[in-house]
Amino acid sequence: MSKHTISVKINGTTYEGTVEARTLLVHWLRDDLHLTGTHIGCDTTSCGACTILVDGKATKSCTMFAVQADGRELMTVEGLEQGGKLHPLQEGFHECHALQCGYCTPGMMMTGLALLRSNPNPGEEEIRVGISGNLCRCTGYVNIVKAIKYAAEKMRETQQTPVATGEGGGD
Amino acid sequence: MNLSPIGLALSTAKRSTCTCASMKTGGDSLIPGSFDYVTAKNVPEAIALLQQYGDDAKILAGGHSLIPILRYRLASPAVLIDINRINSLEYIQETDGTLHIGALTREAELDSSPLIRERYPILHDTARNIADPVVRNWATVGGNLAHADPANDHPATMLALGALLVAQGPGGERFIAVDEFFGDSPFETALQPGELLTEIRVPAPSERSGGAYFKLERKVGDYAIAGVAAYVNLDASGNVTYVGIGLTNVGPAPIKARDAEQSLLGKPLDENTIRRAADLAEAASRPTSDTRGPAEYKRAMVHTLCTRALRKAGERARGGA
Amino acid sequence: MATEARHVHGLGEAYKRKEDARFIRGQGNYVDDVHLPGMLYGDIVRSPYAHALIKHIDISEALKVPGVLAVITGKDLDAAGLAWMPTLSNDTEAVLALDRVHYQMQEVAFVVATSRYAAADGVAAVEVDYEPLPVLVNPKKALDPDAPLLRPDKKDRQPTNHIYHWETGDRAGTDAAFAEAEANGIVVSQDMYVPRIHPAPIETCGCVADYHAATGKLTVWMTSQAPHAHRTLFAIVAGLPEHRIRIISPDVGGGFGNKVPIYPGYVCAVVASITTGKPVKWIEDRTENLSSTGFGRDYHIHAEIASDKDGNVKALRVHTLADHGAFDAAAQPTKFPAGLFHICTGSYDFKKAFVEVDAVHTNKAPGGIAYRCSFRVTEASYLIERTMDTLAHRLGKDPAELRMQNFIKPEAFPYRSALDWTYDSGNYEAALKLAMKNVDYEGLRREQAEKRVRGELMGIGISSFTEIVGAGPGKHFDIAGIQMFDSCEVRVHPTGKVLARIGVQTQGQGHETTFAQIIAAELGMSPDDVDVEHGDTDTAPYGLGTYASRSTPVAGAATALAARKVRDKAKKIASYLLEVGEEDLEWEPGRFYVKGSPDKGKTIQELAFAAYTNCPPYLEPGLEAVNYYDPPNLTYPFGSYICIVDIDRGTGQVHIRRFMAVDDCGTIINPMVVEGQIHGGLTQGLAPAMYEELAYDENGNVLSGSFQDYLIPTSMETPSWELDRTITPSPHHPIGAKGVGESPTVGAPQGIVNAVVDALAHTGVRHIDMPLTPWKVWQVLKEKGLATD
Repeated sequence: MSKHTISVKINGTTYEGTVEARTLLVHWLRDDLHLTGTHIGCDTTSCGACTILVDGKATKSCTMFAVQADGRELMTVEGLEQGGKLHPLQEGFHECHALQCGYCTPGMMMTGLALLRSNPNPGEEEIRVGISGNLCRCTGYVNIVKAIKYAAEKMRETQQTPVATGEGGGD
Repeated sequence: MNLSPIGLALSTAKRSTCTCASMKTGGDSLIPGSFDYVTAKNVPEAIALLQQYGDDAKILAGGHSLIPILRYRLASPAVLIDINRINSLEYIQETDGTLHIGALTREAELDSSPLIRERYPILHDTARNIADPVVRNWATVGGNLAHADPANDHPATMLALGALLVAQGPGGERFIAVDEFFGDSPFETALQPGELLTEIRVPAPSERSGGAYFKLERKVGDYAIAGVAAYVNLDASGNVTYVGIGLTNVGPAPIKARDAEQSLLGKPLDENTIRRAADLAEAASRPTSDTRGPAEYKRAMVHTLCTRALRKAGERARGGA
Repeated sequence: MATEARHVHGLGEAYKRKEDARFIRGQGNYVDDVHLPGMLYGDIVRSPYAHALIKHIDISEALKVPGVLAVITGKDLDAAGLAWMPTLSNDTEAVLALDRVHYQMQEVAFVVATSRYAAADGVAAVEVDYEPLPVLVNPKKALDPDAPLLRPDKKDRQPTNHIYHWETGDRAGTDAAFAEAEANGIVVSQDMYVPRIHPAPIETCGCVADYHAATGKLTVWMTSQAPHAHRTLFAIVAGLPEHRIRIISPDVGGGFGNKVPIYPGYVCAVVASITTGKPVKWIEDRTENLSSTGFGRDYHIHAEIASDKDGNVKALRVHTLADHGAFDAAAQPTKFPAGLFHICTGSYDFKKAFVEVDAVHTNKAPGGIAYRCSFRVTEASYLIERTMDTLAHRLGKDPAELRMQNFIKPEAFPYRSALDWTYDSGNYEAALKLAMKNVDYEGLRREQAEKRVRGELMGIGISSFTEIVGAGPGKHFDIAGIQMFDSCEVRVHPTGKVLARIGVQTQGQGHETTFAQIIAAELGMSPDDVDVEHGDTDTAPYGLGTYASRSTPVAGAATALAARKVRDKAKKIASYLLEVGEEDLEWEPGRFYVKGSPDKGKTIQELAFAAYTNCPPYLEPGLEAVNYYDPPNLTYPFGSYICIVDIDRGTGQVHIRRFMAVDDCGTIINPMVVEGQIHGGLTQGLAPAMYEELAYDENGNVLSGSFQDYLIPTSMETPSWELDRTITPSPHHPIGAKGVGESPTVGAPQGIVNAVVDALAHTGVRHIDMPLTPWKVWQVLKEKGLATD
């Protein structure tokens, strides 16, 4: 059984740790780093509650070992709010009542973020396809689609408005 | 034919959809057993590591088949060789009448590639139906083929396309025609010990060629109840000069519906010939009854999906979308 | 003090949720987020067999695994009298199996270790020798003379697998009505199976048990929908003093009835904490959740309707075989072993009815009542809506017309049903008419006729359901003996801010916002100034928890009444300060003023301050009130749903083209929250209709024990639900509200099934059992010669 020292940048901060090879990324985040915003909802790979960004890619962190993240840049839900300002996705989920129990929400928002970065103006069908790997039991998805549309519009507005450098649409 | 250590473990494990994995104690903890982990920075290193560890090792590519298997403790390789850093294996390029896909190319790349959508819609059909969008960020084309789960989607499509697979190993580079790649049992491929799948080659489309992949699933993200890939080349009179038909998840291994293909060669692609081919594709399928449906239904669906895939392939061959 | 007029967000406002702030930041505090110093982890060894004797358990290898500290078995628990525990249904269930296992995945041993991973390794190292026994999975065979006796532990009081027989209604009168209908009218019957399903909230069950030997205090963070009831049950079962038990239900990631029972894992974690002196965390994984925790439904129903030749219904007769698995652990009020199943006369004016239920054991997981069912109302509503359609087809009558003809009329309320429920209010015609108008029902029927000619299969399904929620009046309703009242405590601070605590427990229903709105409306302040807490049994007033849509009807009433008590005291203080009699005071939101002199008044904030600084000498200082509300009746939300489907003749796949839901839950506190509840509930009604089933094979193996095979709908399977509403307040509720959380799971499945059957009715199809898988539908198409490519 091999142990590995890893160095991972998460939400802009570098974290180091020593992990067994078999330590799942989601467990390292939650149990070792106490970043408990990322949740576990299924046996493996089905529900998407554990979705984070790894090098910009939406990733089910229960289906990756922590060692695989060595040297990579991660973003979790804790990284959405910047400088006390909510990300348009967080705002959208709140405005559109896209969460009830809140358990699937972090993973849903991270998937939404990845979706909007690659498709800044998705239609309803594209959003539904985009979140089809994230399960929700409470909302029936209707308001989640609305929230992502809301965020898309907000993010496009910020792109269009000339702003000081470093704003980048809240990304 | 070689059964990888994973394949052996999976074949002998209770592979029903009962996910009560460990018959010894019952109950899963979804925590893998221990193993060692090494990374390969390039292909020669990967091959060297494979040689070094032999049967004790398993390649970790996308990991979205392997890691669940490890979490259910259905298999316990001693070493994982992580090849995810070998960026040189991720590419989609069309050169000299051939589409070259690096084995590590992610399904999401195939799904979003304008080249694939425009010129190889059958591959787009396939990629976008594998698992879900988040899984597709990591799942690889090579892994989908090398893992050789009869429920995987690319095998049928590659069989329909007549793809050529490229492997690298201690003996150098080897070319394997896709219809010699899969064995008769699940998880069995022609890869030799120490070999790594590195590239998949597909002939570029001709003037009148088209294909389609139809997958029937219980819900989005699932494996296929049944899937059919069909690819045709037509001549100027509309007669079939090439046809490939592959079947997903209706047998112990991916199925090439040879009789169905044979029945179409030299003939026009019309409702009668399509029906005949669908009859033969159905006859070639050997599904079992499980939670994805009774065998009788799956066979009938091979017929329905083959009909629809051939119709669509014909439409695309004649210039439609 | 604030005297400016403030816009009061009271009832009917789509106030944005207060609880969102932490959830959108990933700062929720769910049980698995709880991390205590020195915390250990527990994991469970489970049986791979559905029925077997345990010959031997060898824990020696497990104890050698690095990090494993202990392995608790049934024998260890037995020494403390804890190997068995009572269920909520007058049965007992094993905590850890002693001599035998009764269902696959039953708990056999509990491994305690220093890490999650070590605990898993420990579980893998425990060796158990089983001797398999014959397995019984078919409830219809449970009473065969050669059926294995599954519960020898209680054979003295229950010598067979028959748990109970329950009946209600007028058997003789109903039989007579049926005899009359056989002779001069119409009798239709329908057999229906409502499959076993599972609530599957995205957060599984779990706890952190923390016992401090020095103080004797046990704190348990627990995924609990009913923390106080759980505390009392822990006290009784474990013999611990109740004032030294604290249950904290923090943020709960969905409940849907899954988190009402007490599971062996909780008990084992408590025992492990007491034994080790350290906190012990136990979190189940998804397979454990699906395979062993409280399931829902599993009712085999035979229903008959007697009507006259014109379709006026006369009598309803129902027999049901209930499969409760190995232990009857169904969670419902104790006097109602079949829950509120006898609401099955539904929205229709049946003069006579008779219902009987026989319950049996099988080698499956224990339980029976869960998954947003209002205590079996899902089953009840399903049977009546399906059988009414069967009657409509027999008569050649449009299903909407048959319903209108038989609805209980608005002027009949309060309406006493043939099975003795007093419905508080309703207007079923209005709801159905609105739904029909919204979908252009006539137009759809024309379209269907045209499509039929072309061989296209389109169906229109109606479900006009009556719900029954808000359990309930104490003389009839209790959980494990505790009457089903609920409570609210409102405390106003000197600076006019409010802290309220309630006895119910949200798992996503938005109580921190909606209950704040109730108080805000009564006191005329902003919901921002009202914080609502719940879930900590050390501080919250005693309540029975949140399930069966009871929070708004019961705790919501308590909240309004507690706030009114506060306002009444404030009025006394106002009378003192303004030097007028109370009868000379008027109230406007936020303020009392002197009749005729509106500028002579005091705001609620000023009165709160005075309660602490200038209190009338004849009153106690302070400004707070508590109310324990014993509801006089249940409440009866209702609605009409219309579902339009198209069937693919090549594959049997059902495509839901449109789903229109008209709901009436009485007074609406927050329409945004209500819509969210309906969206979610409809999705959990779609799921059993077409996707979900907890299936077993003949050896008792769970076939759908993970999300690979237990099919939760994604965004792709779920339609874009369309909602509308009527509002018919409850006359007995302080704010006229009825509750809504489960109406959609109650109403939706039969709307979908009715639609699919309707699409095929012209070929003679009368019923298809759920889930409507493509192959099931295709089989019917094939039989009718309708299958194509």
